[in-house]
Amino acid sequence: MGLAKRIIPCLDVDNGRVVKGVQFVDIRDAGDPVEVAKRYDEQGADEITFLDITASHQGRDTTVHTVERMASQVFIPLTVGGGIRKLEDIRTMLNAGADKVSINTAAVFNPEFVGEAAARFGSQCIVVAIDAKKVSAPGDADRWEIFTHGGRKPTGLDAIEWARKMVGLGAGEILLTSMDRDGTKNGFDLALTRAISDAVIVPVIASGGWEIFNISSMGSVLAARMQYWRQVFFTSDSTPFPKQKRSWPGRALKYVAESAPNGDDQGSRSR
Amino acid sequence: MSTLAIIDYGMGNLHSVSKAIEHVAPGVRVKVTSQVAEILAADRVLLPGVGAIRDCMGEIRRLGFDQVVKSVADSGKPLLGICVGMQAMMDASEENGGVDCLGMFAGQVRFFGRELSENGQKLKVPHMGWNEVFQRHAHPLWQGIPDGERFYFVHSYYVCAKESDAVYGETRYGLEFAAAIGRGNVFAVQFHPEKSQHAGLQLLKNFAEWDGRP
Repeated sequence: MGLAKRIIPCLDVDNGRVVKGVQFVDIRDAGDPVEVAKRYDEQGADEITFLDITASHQGRDTTVHTVERMASQVFIPLTVGGGIRKLEDIRTMLNAGADKVSINTAAVFNPEFVGEAAARFGSQCIVVAIDAKKVSAPGDADRWEIFTHGGRKPTGLDAIEWARKMVGLGAGEILLTSMDRDGTKNGFDLALTRAISDAVIVPVIASGGWEIFNISSMGSVLAARMQYWRQVFFTSDSTPFPKQKRSWPGRALKYVAESAPNGDDQGSRSR
Repeated sequence: MSTLAIIDYGMGNLHSVSKAIEHVAPGVRVKVTSQVAEILAADRVLLPGVGAIRDCMGEIRRLGFDQVVKSVADSGKPLLGICVGMQAMMDASEENGGVDCLGMFAGQVRFFGRELSENGQKLKVPHMGWNEVFQRHAHPLWQGIPDGERFYFVHSYYVCAKESDAVYGETRYGLEFAAAIGRGNVFAVQFHPEKSQHAGLQLLKNFAEWDGRP
C-alpha cells in the first residue's frame, strides 16, 4: 500500500468543449468538460488534466470560466495546460481554481520562465509538459527529442537532458507525451517513460496512447478502465488493450498515468 | 448563520478550499479575507498555504497575521491549518535555508531528502498523490472517515512533531510523518482536504460543524 499511483484523465478542450484528436489532427467534439470531469471524479480519477488547445484570445476567457466551473464542482486536483506563457497566465489559472499549470512550448523558447514560475508560485504547481519523439534509427541506442507545435516542429533538444534541466529549474512534475504513441491506441512508450523517470526525482506522468469507449456507458466503463490501467500498466512491460475496446463506438478519451519504472500497483484510492 | 474566514495572505489558490466548504456546508458563510477584523469576528478560521515557507511566513508577518492566528488559537474558536498552513504552526522549517515559524506546536519541518527510499525503491519528491492517513487519536474531525483513508498530498517538506500527543494522523512515505496535528481548538493537516474528494469533504464538513473541543 502507501502512495497510490495516479490515473489522470486528460481532457483536450477547445473553446470550452472537450475535443479529441488522433495524432493531434482529426479533432472531434466530445462534450462539456465540467460534466466529463465530474464523471471522472465520481469514477475515482485521481486528478484531472485540462489541456486548452484554444487558439484565440476570446477563447481564453471561455477557458478561465470553464476552469472556474470545474473547480467549483470537482474536488480533486486540477491541472490546466495550453497557452501558459507568462506569470500572469499562471496567476489567472490558479485564481480560477487550477491547482497546477502545465507549461509546454513556453519552456522551450524561454526555459527561465519555468524557474521564474516555480520561484513565484512554488514547484508544486509547475508541471512541465514534454512532447518527445523517438529520433534514433532502429537498432541504435534509444534517443528521443523534444518537439513543439503538436509534434510538428523538432527542437534538437534531447528529451532526457531537457527533463533534467526543467526539474533543475523548479518543475515539480513532468507530463510526458510520446508523440509516437499519442492517439495510436498502442499504449504508453514505457522505454521513454522509464528513461525520463530514472533521470529526475520528481513524479513523471506518462501520456500517449488512449482508449476509446462509448460515452453513454461511460459510468461503468470508466471504473473498469481505471482498474484495468492500474492492473496492467503498472505491472507489465507492454500495455495491451482489451479486445472488446476496438469494437466500442463513440468518443475517445485520453488517460495519462504516473510512471512506475520498476513498480507494482501500489493501491487505488477508489472504493 | 455561522461564518468561516479563510485567511488570504496572497499565496495560492483559495478558490478550491472555499468552494469545497460551500459545497459541504451550505449553512456556513465562507469569507476569503485579509481583513484582520473579519478574521477575528469569524466563528471559525482556516489558515491555508502553498508555496515556499519563507514567502508564506514573510507575508503572514507583514500582514500581522502571526498575532491574528495566535489570538484565534487562544480564543477557543476552531482553527484549521492546511499544508503550508500546518507547517507554519511549527517552531521552524528547514526550507529556504531555515525559517522561523509561529511556534504553536513544538517541532520542525524537514526536507524529505534526495535519497528517500522504501523497500529498496527510490521515492519521488515531492510526495504527490493519494496516501493513507492513520488516525492516532480519535478527534471530531475524523468523524465518518475510516482509519487509513487516502487523502491528496503534495509537499517536499514534512512535519516532525515533538509531542506525540499532538499527532492525530500519520502517513508513511519513506518515513512516518505527522499528517495531522492538533491541540484543543486547533487542528492542522498536511494533505489537501479540498482536493481529497469524499474523505476531504467530510473533514471540511466536520470542521464547519466543530465546536472547538477535541
